[in-house]
Amino acid sequence: MIEVKNLVKSFDDKVVLEDISVTFEKGKTNLIIGASGSGKSVLLKNIVGLFKPDSGDILYDRRDFINAHRDLKTDIRREIGMLFQGGALFDSMTVEQNIKFPLDILTKMPEDEKLDRVNFCLKRVKLENTNKQMPSEISGGMQKRVGIARAIVNSSQYLFCDEPNSGLDPITSIKIDRLLAEITEEYQITTVIVTHDMNSVMEIGEYIMFLSNSHKLWEGNSDEIMHSGVQELDEFVFANKMMRKFRDQ
Amino acid sequence: MKSLGKYLLFISSLFKNRESFKTYVKLTFEECMLVGINSIVLVGLVSLFIGAVSTLQTAFNLVNPLIPDSVVGLVVRDLTILELAPTITAIIFAGKVGSSIAGNLGTMRITEQIDALEVMGINSASYLVLPKIVGTLIMYPLLVILAGVLAISGGFLAAKFGGVVSTADYFTGLKMDFNQFTVTFALIKSVVFGFLVSSISSYMGFFTKGGALEVGQASTRAVTVSCIAILFSDFILAQLLLVR
Repeated sequence: MIEVKNLVKSFDDKVVLEDISVTFEKGKTNLIIGASGSGKSVLLKNIVGLFKPDSGDILYDRRDFINAHRDLKTDIRREIGMLFQGGALFDSMTVEQNIKFPLDILTKMPEDEKLDRVNFCLKRVKLENTNKQMPSEISGGMQKRVGIARAIVNSSQYLFCDEPNSGLDPITSIKIDRLLAEITEEYQITTVIVTHDMNSVMEIGEYIMFLSNSHKLWEGNSDEIMHSGVQELDEFVFANKMMRKFRDQ
Repeated sequence: MKSLGKYLLFISSLFKNRESFKTYVKLTFEECMLVGINSIVLVGLVSLFIGAVSTLQTAFNLVNPLIPDSVVGLVVRDLTILELAPTITAIIFAGKVGSSIAGNLGTMRITEQIDALEVMGINSASYLVLPKIVGTLIMYPLLVILAGVLAISGGFLAAKFGGVVSTADYFTGLKMDFNQFTVTFALIKSVVFGFLVSSISSYMGFFTKGGALEVGQASTRAVTVSCIAILFSDFILAQLLLVR
């Protein structure tokens, strides 16, 4: 479980996140949604420690992350897996080396055990026999799946995804969404996904938090989101014709 | 001053929260190959020709019949050891390796590869930059030695085939009034220049923000600032170590 309490973050004079409090539960796919520029990615980067908040607390299973000693912070970070918007695969390494990388750096596992684990993760994301390919030789959807495999290879307790569907076709997007939901349930991890894709919201949104103009405006699940009564959220949810038709039926 | 402070903080961050020694050995070896071995052809070629041209131009300028031809060898030797080998090679090195380091780290930054390392709990600056600096500190002095040997050899070839000075006179000049400290001075300069090029280029690349355009700008800035730092430190070192 990850708890965010009264988080504030600003860049120069511009407040990007104002008094954000939220709890992301274990075994659930938690979604942070909102329009572009609403502060979703900034919130995620604060939670994983890439940005330092101005004030507020972040607790990983009751462990204070912001004020933690460097060693504890490193320990927590080593329990985190993250899928970046562009995949962020190391382009000088093969698929296998990319996935094995966290094990090489963070564990003392024997080499054959590492390879078994890599192959298991590749199988889990349905990418068997791509071990020796370079990231530039595989499609965007495959890169995202390699990114997921790398994020879970070290048995991460917390999985973060920044726009996992950006640049992907609807079918591949749904596959990625389902994969993330399956992994979350199977390994009982805390998954936090930043997205503005309504298909993802409807498909896997067990807990949804809506950000608008630096504030948390609403929280709920994919059933409740259709009847939130919050004007900004309604504008976001029913922005496209298909969703409006769905509402009107 | 703000940039200088940020640069010094960046350098100090390389030594915090490091990974295992074994990891650095492997990465440093890879960097030695990239930084050193891949620069041999360019450095060798430039040095050979600079030595040859220095011989021809020195001979051309020695019009006084009272000055012996052997002075050509002496001038080429001291010019090479004191300035051409460590400093000119450093400028070339900044152009080739410095821009490559900045471009590589800049690309890693904008494609979130550096963020990925940070999220894993790895000190990305230490993991990515320390091996580059250590690799350069190992390889650049060796490149300077190679550059010195090849420049003097280039001078010999020019003497032999250009006919401006006899090879015997050239060798006599090479051995004339040799001060061993010039070699020590060249090696000190090579260590300082190697550190400046690798650390400045890493700093420029590591803090790149934006997209492809900014990566290009970071590479250009890395070369420019490295060259200025080389020339400035060249003067300071000469003042400190050569002027009595």
